[in-house]
Amino acid sequence: MSRFDIKTLGIVALILSAPVAAGPRDALLTQYAATARAAAPAFSGFSAARGKTLHSQNFAGGKADTPACVSCHGNDPRTAGRTRSGKAVEAMAVSVTPTRYLDAAKVEKWFRRNCNEVMGRACTAQEKGDWLTYMSQL
Amino acid sequence: MNLPYRPLVLGISVLAFSAAVFAGGNHFYAPVTDPVVREECGSCHMAFAPSMLPASSWKRMMANLGNHFGDDASVDAQTAARISRYLVANAADAGGRQSAGKLLRGVALDNAPLRITELPKWVSEHREVSAREWRHKDVRSKANCVACHSEAARGYYDD
Repeated sequence: MSRFDIKTLGIVALILSAPVAAGPRDALLTQYAATARAAAPAFSGFSAARGKTLHSQNFAGGKADTPACVSCHGNDPRTAGRTRSGKAVEAMAVSVTPTRYLDAAKVEKWFRRNCNEVMGRACTAQEKGDWLTYMSQL
Repeated sequence: MNLPYRPLVLGISVLAFSAAVFAGGNHFYAPVTDPVVREECGSCHMAFAPSMLPASSWKRMMANLGNHFGDDASVDAQTAARISRYLVANAADAGGRQSAGKLLRGVALDNAPLRITELPKWVSEHREVSAREWRHKDVRSKANCVACHSEAARGYYDD
């Protein structure tokens, strides 16, 4: 086999072994950034640290039995959580569950439901972006 | 044509017998096969078999997903219509099915409870499970069938 073939094979192997493309996830972050900027011109980007706080803190506005994201998702986003009815929820961290956050409609569906249940209101684009950044970088 | 009738008949009887034993068994509820239904109804709890409730229950449930046993389980209209169609088509009493199963014994098909766990037959089948067992950290709720029925995802709910 010539060296060219081996090189080609190497490239093909590299492409095949690459992790799931993050395209849709990045597009979602870009979209949240645009919305956040429109809401607050002083918007200065997303922060994984703020996302981490958001994920773990308790809120008073939502349902009593789910005061925080971690109520169901568990304290460590790299491990599985558990719903109140007992079903396991795959880890939220992209590093553990790389298929997450690739379907914008699905992401929005769960933000809509869960922000309302935990916080008693919708999440802002800033909050969604911070949280998604945290989960993507973890 | 010269068919090997005896082995054929034997084979068919064996198949029929197995079908009667397995499908007709008391504790088989065909699992959800529609991928959308499996995704939407199986995120928070397992996607319950449509044959566990009559069509009237599923219709009532699908009409109020915004408050689904206290949780917001709402979906867009198109998805809701697809889920409803599937649940109704495969409900315990679909197509006038008689064998709705023992689970619906003593249940008015037009006024069934929304909770499978409130069907009289369900209650009597689980009467030996103690309160302590229900509270076990791996069980948590009566909706968590797989905690005890290890084959529930495949439709088998034997002890």
